[in-house]
Amino acid sequence: MTKFSDEKLAKVQEIIARYPDGKQKSALLPVLHLAQEEFGWLSSDTMDYVASLLSIEPIEVYEVATFYSMYNLQPVGRYTFEVCQTGPCMIKGSDDIISYIEQKLNIKPGQTTEDGMFTLKTVECLGACGYAPMMQMGKFYKEHLTKEKVDAIIDECRKTAAANN
Amino acid sequence: MAVKLLLEKAHVEGIRTYDVYRREGGYRAVEKALKSMSPEAIVEEVKKSGLRGRGGAGFPTGMKWSFIAKPEGVPRHLVCNADESEPGTFKDRYLMEFIPHLLIEGLIISSFALGSNATYIYIRGEYAWIPDILEQAIAEAKANGWLGKNILGTGFDCEIYVQRGAGAYICGEETALIESLEGKRGNPRIKPPFPAVKGVWDRPTVVNNVETLAAVVPIINLTGEEYAKIGVGRSTGTKLISACGNINKPGVYEIDMTISVEEFIYSDEYCGGIANGKRLKACIPGGSSVPILPANLLFKTAKGETRYMNYESLSDGGFATGSMMGSGGFIVLDEDQCVVKHTYTLARFYRHESCGQCSPCREGTGWMEKILKNIDTGKGKMSDIDLLWDIQRKIEGNTICPLGDAAAWPVAAAIRHFRDEFEWHVLNPEESQVRNFGLAHYADAREVVA
Repeated sequence: MTKFSDEKLAKVQEIIARYPDGKQKSALLPVLHLAQEEFGWLSSDTMDYVASLLSIEPIEVYEVATFYSMYNLQPVGRYTFEVCQTGPCMIKGSDDIISYIEQKLNIKPGQTTEDGMFTLKTVECLGACGYAPMMQMGKFYKEHLTKEKVDAIIDECRKTAAANN
Repeated sequence: MAVKLLLEKAHVEGIRTYDVYRREGGYRAVEKALKSMSPEAIVEEVKKSGLRGRGGAGFPTGMKWSFIAKPEGVPRHLVCNADESEPGTFKDRYLMEFIPHLLIEGLIISSFALGSNATYIYIRGEYAWIPDILEQAIAEAKANGWLGKNILGTGFDCEIYVQRGAGAYICGEETALIESLEGKRGNPRIKPPFPAVKGVWDRPTVVNNVETLAAVVPIINLTGEEYAKIGVGRSTGTKLISACGNINKPGVYEIDMTISVEEFIYSDEYCGGIANGKRLKACIPGGSSVPILPANLLFKTAKGETRYMNYESLSDGGFATGSMMGSGGFIVLDEDQCVVKHTYTLARFYRHESCGQCSPCREGTGWMEKILKNIDTGKGKMSDIDLLWDIQRKIEGNTICPLGDAAAWPVAAAIRHFRDEFEWHVLNPEESQVRNFGLAHYADAREVVA
């Protein structure tokens, strides 16, 4: 059964209070972010739950969840590498970084490793053009990527995951 | 030494914290504005400053503010556009990350001027760590009496909230941003009505870029008249430029708009020249949607005059031989870069980001991406170049919002200035996969200048 923790539910109320009465739908994007943090991705159960929290129709949630690129509509790995491939990153070698990650993890963009550890995605400009090539990993950016840096990031992820298991 | 109004203190140790920001003279502008000025006087001051929207459109801010409707009993809102997503642009991120109180200070003054008791910062979702920085700054400002109820005993109440987007370039368009803030898909609205009359929740709303709102602080501190003396002509004050690509020193620079493009690229104070001793091929001076300029049109206009880093000079020659200041996203390409491939990545970007509402944009961006990919990978036909030209013409001006234009312009400019590079790709399908076209007749600008 999909349900937020009490702490998250309090956060939802805090967000709703930012808008005028009756405009709680405005909380939809932030609440979907909360849901994704909690459950990893947005299943239709989760989206229905969010609809009920905000007293809106499920379709209103689906149309938003499918519009914005940051919402995962299927399960993803423990770590997601979202590598930018737009012009300024391409100039600085993002294609090589993407192929290197593909080869190293043996997955294509959009796929997840069999152990469920890593998902690779290609994304469009993330606003880090001066620090290219770059990728987003969770909340933060990894910038000035090189093959060595990618190796180090992957090792670090594996170590962190092993320590937390 | 260049004038710095926004980033002067950005490197002071601890400037992110309230105490240091205040010690360095922060919140003086709020004191001055709220204690000694009326909202109308602040709008007048911003008008006098000549400040133009720093998000890309360059519309006069004071004029935009004066359009806000004031129907009796209807709340008004200020919304800060922090949805920075134009490829090449990362200046607002820098400002919010390193000197967040400057934005908060600008927001308080602007909210007072516009009568907004609830102001929202809409920030792109990918900048996921920045809301924490902004919320910390907001909490500190509130704890010190600059936000909340009855600020400085003036009777003015104001709260600032941070809202994250979730990955959609289109939400940088102000009506799409408003839709998104209301919890909907980012589909731009048909204007009129303009947001100044019917914006968020149908209330009068002003949407301004981060840098624009931060610039209100020095305008109040200096007076609009003094601010207008910095820069040149209608390019008043300072502008943040985010520079990237094949240069020695990528980063965010604050310029007063009197320096030349050549100085900006080659001076050690700014980009520090082209990296690895390469020669300059082309530059997109104002974010990916503005026209690309070959080196020979970058430092000198078609009339042979020096080109400067300001609104008028960058657009000198119109789209035939000029470009635009845009968002200040400055992308530099050296002799090893392929204009066809670069344009293809931009076309892919715009196809990905089209909201799909208007068919010329929804279909046209997809066509342009496919055709450019074919040419880039050696599968193009000569007629494809004319087809691309035809498609971009049919998108431009035929959509609800400017995304259609933004997608059309880079393709048009690439063909206009680099047509022989496109033709070379078509005529040399195999060779084009193993080497670049190079500079050809677009000699390094410095050679042309000499």
